[in-house]
Amino acid sequence: MLSPTLITVALAAAMIGALAGVLGTFLVLRGQSLLGDVIAHASLPGVVAGFLISGERGFVPILAGALVSGALAGLSVQLLRRGAGVKPDAALGSVLSLFFALGVVLLTVAQSQGGSAGLTMFLFGQAASVLRADLLPMALVGGTVLLVLVLLWKEFQLVAFDREAARAQGLPVERLEVLLTLLTAVTIVLGLSLAGVVLMVALLIAPAVAARQWVRGLAPMVWLAALIGALAGSGGAVISAMGQGVATGPVMVLAAVALTALSLLFAPERGLVARWRRQGAARQALHGRQVLAALRGLEGDHATPEYASDEAMLKAYLGTDAGPALARLYRDGLIRPAERLAPEATARRWELTEDGRRHVDEGGRHA
Amino acid sequence: MLDSVALMILGTGALVAVSGALLGTFLVLRGEAMAGDAISHAIVLGIVLAWMLTGARSGPLAVGGAVLAGVAAVFGAQLLARSRLLGNDAATGIVFPAMFALGVLLINLNARNLHLDPDTVLLGEIGFVWLDTVTLLGMDWPVAGVTLAAVGLVNLLFVGLFWKELKLAAFDPGLAQALGFRPALLGLGLLALTAATAVASFDAVGVVLFLAFLIVPAVTGRLVAASTGGMMGLAVLSGVSAVGIGYVGAVHWDVSLGGSMAVATGLGLAVALVASPRSGMVAALIRRRAIREESLVAVLLAHLAAHEGTERAAEECTPEALVEHLRWSPDQAQTVLVTALERGVIRRDGARLSLTEAGRALARAEALRHDRRRALTEER
Repeated sequence: MLSPTLITVALAAAMIGALAGVLGTFLVLRGQSLLGDVIAHASLPGVVAGFLISGERGFVPILAGALVSGALAGLSVQLLRRGAGVKPDAALGSVLSLFFALGVVLLTVAQSQGGSAGLTMFLFGQAASVLRADLLPMALVGGTVLLVLVLLWKEFQLVAFDREAARAQGLPVERLEVLLTLLTAVTIVLGLSLAGVVLMVALLIAPAVAARQWVRGLAPMVWLAALIGALAGSGGAVISAMGQGVATGPVMVLAAVALTALSLLFAPERGLVARWRRQGAARQALHGRQVLAALRGLEGDHATPEYASDEAMLKAYLGTDAGPALARLYRDGLIRPAERLAPEATARRWELTEDGRRHVDEGGRHA
Repeated sequence: MLDSVALMILGTGALVAVSGALLGTFLVLRGEAMAGDAISHAIVLGIVLAWMLTGARSGPLAVGGAVLAGVAAVFGAQLLARSRLLGNDAATGIVFPAMFALGVLLINLNARNLHLDPDTVLLGEIGFVWLDTVTLLGMDWPVAGVTLAAVGLVNLLFVGLFWKELKLAAFDPGLAQALGFRPALLGLGLLALTAATAVASFDAVGVVLFLAFLIVPAVTGRLVAASTGGMMGLAVLSGVSAVGIGYVGAVHWDVSLGGSMAVATGLGLAVALVASPRSGMVAALIRRRAIREESLVAVLLAHLAAHEGTERAAEECTPEALVEHLRWSPDQAQTVLVTALERGVIRRDGARLSLTEAGRALARAEALRHDRRRALTEER
């Protein structure tokens, strides 16, 4: 069952997932999610160039190549935006597609040279490609990234949440941002062989978005995103390693997105289900107050405190069906059924209790 | 030599370029370029689902499924962002990778029956368009080209019919809404057509390279042209040239045709970035120099005006004083003097510089402006 290969893959994927969750948190907070997509796509030419120059599919040359082209892509986006005033999304899209196209061209060059079998796995990622020997360098690089993050934690925190305040305090905001982007690029590059260039962005974004729903504050968010990323990464990688011919990236991404969807739906305070329930409760409370006020109003209009209203009249008065609201008010002891006026009358009639009357008159807050 | 295979490849590529440029122009103007990214990835899921439900691998059903998926990706992300649980960018960054991942997974699982390779989805193979032909009017046409021509025609009709409305919606959505042009509906049409074009292109160039033809030529046009029409014309031109240049390059170096064509769109962008008279770097450099020269001449005039008729005029109103007192380099002083003399704002008698009437008026106006500006800032 648990072969050594599978353990290796699970370890690597957990590591990548956790690291991506951590760096992705900053990306999401800074509203630059799509920059991650661009860097991931843009590292393809670097991956292939690293292979072409070194002549082997080693860990270091491919990492270095991907890093260089990812950084060049980031610079090109800046050049297009600041230098020529191109809109941000157009700049991102241009750089992404051009770098990727260059990667495709280089890929065909590499394929004609031979020995490049498996380079296309960088498109979608392949779990089996991770070797045991890769684990240590992976852990070292990832550890370095985390170390830098911890050392500059306060600075990065300020830059992520309040750029202007960071500038006012005299922090080198631009340089910190470049450094953060560089750390993100390293993370992306580490994850490429597992998740692939096309889908890496989701592995950065999804855990961070999921974590945001459960906790507030940067530190808890980073921890939770790391945990979610590690779960999605190792789970996805193991599932895909067990299936035949299933690329790893898609499974890891789907696992991460599933966790995110669950978080968006069921997180206790921010979650959509909790929000719908709150809205429903508020609507019910409002409706109850309207019914009470209507009963009180009809009472006053007829100058007899015991005047009771039948349901049909309430319905006409409010314009909606008051049945459910009446049932709730009865349960809370704010109204009671009144005697029928005549034995042949079929409509149900209600009157306010003392409690109910006091409630309306005080502008009661609950119903 | 140009044989029929080459013609088919070039024709198909040109059709991708033209249909992409027509839509890309408005996507770029509306700031929705990354929607093209989302759409081009999401259609993969649509194609696979359409195949699983109906068995159609191409044709109207596949196109319909893909269009639905593409539009669903963009609107799904917008809907998700409206919950305010996550930002717009993060919503996009989750929705379309999720759809793409599901699509690739389904392809993986059905690989034996579907005959669709995920790598091909991503990269396409325009070199093989001639393998799949259809006979029309007694000639063989590539199926991909015929589909693209049909979609391109629809794009042309859409852009032609709604030209003014599209422009207004891109530049002033509020006014378009107030005038009853339904900018949201136009946006929907634009996205649906983008998805349809992406499907038609994807056999030829793959989803990511389609993105290059959608966005890069439009950005190129935007850098150079001031009008929407000019921008679109340049986008078409640079896209189609990229197809030709890319083809020649690919044959010469024996590399991927689609990739090479897409890279070639970058050449146009690079040229525009450097040489565009509107926003190119050379133009910016020239402008910056002109502004600098302008301000230096103004300083010279102010200097001469300040010392005109004073005791030290003989000392201050000389070329040497510019170097010693204003701390200009001799070269700089020389250039500024020549410029000022050419414009007739100063006069030179031997070593003595003086203002002409025109120069004095200019200096006075500048001093007045300076005083007013100072009064304004001090009031504050």
